[in-house]
Amino acid sequence: MTDKQRKNIPRQEMREQDPLERIANFHEVPYGYSEEQAVNEALRCLQCKDPKCVSGCPVNVNIPWFTKLVTEGRFVEAARKIKETNPLPAVCGRVCRQEDQCEKFCLRGKKGKPVSIGSLERFVADFERENEEVSIPEIPKWTGKKVAVVGSGPAGLTVADDLLKRGHKVTIFEALHVPGGVLMYGIPEFRLPKKIVEAEIEYLKKMGAEIELNSVIGKIDTIDGLFSDGYDAVFVGTGAGLPIFLNLPGENLVGIYSANEYLTRVNLMRAYRFPEYDTPVLRGRRVVVIGGGNTALDSARTARRLCPEEVTVVYRRSLEEMPARAEEVRHGGEEGVKFRFLTAPLRFIGDREGRLKAMEFVRMELSAPDESGRRRPLPIAGSEFQMDVDVAIVAIGNDVNPLIQNTTPDIETGRGGNIVVESDSGATRKAGVFAGGDIVRGGATVILAMGDGRRAAASIHRHIMKE
Amino acid sequence: MYEITTKLQLSHSVALFKIKAPKIAQKRKAGQFIIIRINEYGERIPLTIVDSDTTEGTITIISQEVGKTTGMLGALEEGDHILDVVGPLGKPAEIKKVGTVVCIGGGIGTAPVYPIAKELRAAGNKIISIIGARSKNLLILESEMQSISDELFVATDDGSYGHHGFVTQVLERLIEEPVTINMVLAVGPLPMMNAVCNVTRPRKLHTMVSLNPVMVDGTGMCGACRVTIGGKNRFVCVDGPEFDGHEVDFEELLRRNRSYFTEEKMAMEELTYHEGPRCYERNI
Repeated sequence: MTDKQRKNIPRQEMREQDPLERIANFHEVPYGYSEEQAVNEALRCLQCKDPKCVSGCPVNVNIPWFTKLVTEGRFVEAARKIKETNPLPAVCGRVCRQEDQCEKFCLRGKKGKPVSIGSLERFVADFERENEEVSIPEIPKWTGKKVAVVGSGPAGLTVADDLLKRGHKVTIFEALHVPGGVLMYGIPEFRLPKKIVEAEIEYLKKMGAEIELNSVIGKIDTIDGLFSDGYDAVFVGTGAGLPIFLNLPGENLVGIYSANEYLTRVNLMRAYRFPEYDTPVLRGRRVVVIGGGNTALDSARTARRLCPEEVTVVYRRSLEEMPARAEEVRHGGEEGVKFRFLTAPLRFIGDREGRLKAMEFVRMELSAPDESGRRRPLPIAGSEFQMDVDVAIVAIGNDVNPLIQNTTPDIETGRGGNIVVESDSGATRKAGVFAGGDIVRGGATVILAMGDGRRAAASIHRHIMKE
Repeated sequence: MYEITTKLQLSHSVALFKIKAPKIAQKRKAGQFIIIRINEYGERIPLTIVDSDTTEGTITIISQEVGKTTGMLGALEEGDHILDVVGPLGKPAEIKKVGTVVCIGGGIGTAPVYPIAKELRAAGNKIISIIGARSKNLLILESEMQSISDELFVATDDGSYGHHGFVTQVLERLIEEPVTINMVLAVGPLPMMNAVCNVTRPRKLHTMVSLNPVMVDGTGMCGACRVTIGGKNRFVCVDGPEFDGHEVDFEELLRRNRSYFTEEKMAMEELTYHEGPRCYERNI
């Protein structure tokens, strides 16, 4: 194929479940590429000598190498190439904000659309798994070193992957009854099927990762306790799981959830299949979600599937400032989620039984940019109005989980309780303890947590091997 | 999987279980709780750790059959397994020597009172206990409470045993006698804890209560268990479960605990349909 022909191939679009159909189920929305689409899309890659996409990826997946393999139909080899640096390709291909990472730097994006790197990553990972071609890389002889990983979210899983490949023993401690962190309790089934997360974790277990579930470090054991148990180093990847509430009047009325609670009930506990599963969730008829991030969109699209009449996302800034992935906003819109921008809640109004029945809001306008560079929303006097609401979901962000810091006073914490680390090594101020992901950054993304995990694993290796 | 090593039926709907969980047995302190999930379809429910045996590696819980999950738990026997047990959770109770403590347990609430009262006694306090129930056959842990109390009073709503009436009446009598009381600990149904606080508040008698809101994870990540304490939002699973009773918004908690009334009823009906009449028939 000539370069010209290559350049004329249009970006391949994934087929998706019809919006009217999908709001009645929790099945995944995009169907993924066909083999032919994957090859065509991979052919669009220009195989740059100095690929900027690779440095745009926080775990530096060798993108041109794997897309080359895809063009040759060597899908399984392509998946294995990715797994050299990324243990969760089927996850990342689905949930990364590629428009801000690899795809942002794709040369083809300068004139036209970038190569759909995420879709290709997803395709090869799915192909390998669905064809039962997943194989376990050869693990070097045990170095005699043991590492404890606290938290089994994306950061912890990446640390485990890297350390296992270097011949260390790894035990992951997880507070919940399943591993995966936000991948299991936060991101909904229709965006990230739980079977896929389970399969990627199974792969780590086959590599030798031990996972201790139902183990809340800070309660059943402490960091110091882990060292006494014979671990040579500890990685803390406990995330940002502490929901922030609005602190508005009436916030404890029945029917008001943190997004964490709502999504945990639905995703982790499968309340959408109540009463087959025992955990209930209030469905309501008119649902309001407060916030503008992916969590808000996940909550709104989940609510849409639980059959209410109306789901509205209320955000105090405008569409442009929304931190959610563009695709999620589009999907939400297609599914009938309504958006009310430049609007902020003032109070929750209850009925006699203490159940939410309405909310009061105020219209906002954007003023001059603040120190973060975003224009600050200010209330417009006299623009207050009420809306009937019976379920409200607060999705305005999370603080870091304080359980470890509270029981390990010699770990230095910053403002808001996040753990302070050296940015290049992930080392905390406490010898032998490393940290990464949301516990360090505050609520961020899956792939940034994985990048932190990768860097921390390298420094843990140096630390325990005294290199 | 966590094995049930012992089961004792304490009353027709209340059973004591010893569960094999050596690490929790070793770490737990009075006032803490666990969260269990019975099977793959199960929900997560909180239960107080009543006691532990580090030699056997077991923890003791007491559960009353009030809905589907506790009904299913009540149907388990020795040798059966519980899928998930996580703990110890929550803050340990504050154990100090204050003098005389009146420990009040209402119904199943005696289960959380017992471990704390035991520690308070060991810390050198004089313990006067009042345990109550609707009727004699619903009374639990009487001999255990007896063994750690300097004085024990029993009250039943129907007068079938001990004082005929409420625990609050016994408490008022004690206050009027007068007995010097330095602290009150009360655990039981919300209206009972509220009533105790209404007795002690005007007398400025320090009163601790242990709250029982709806919980999901029990580790502070969702806020399902939030309650207003002294005007501030607190998560019972990490900031509690013990709080100053005079600061608790009981009405709010009562309303929040009824959030899933309809769903809970539906789940029970589902259980009846699938498994035939077993444990729950006695409860409804």
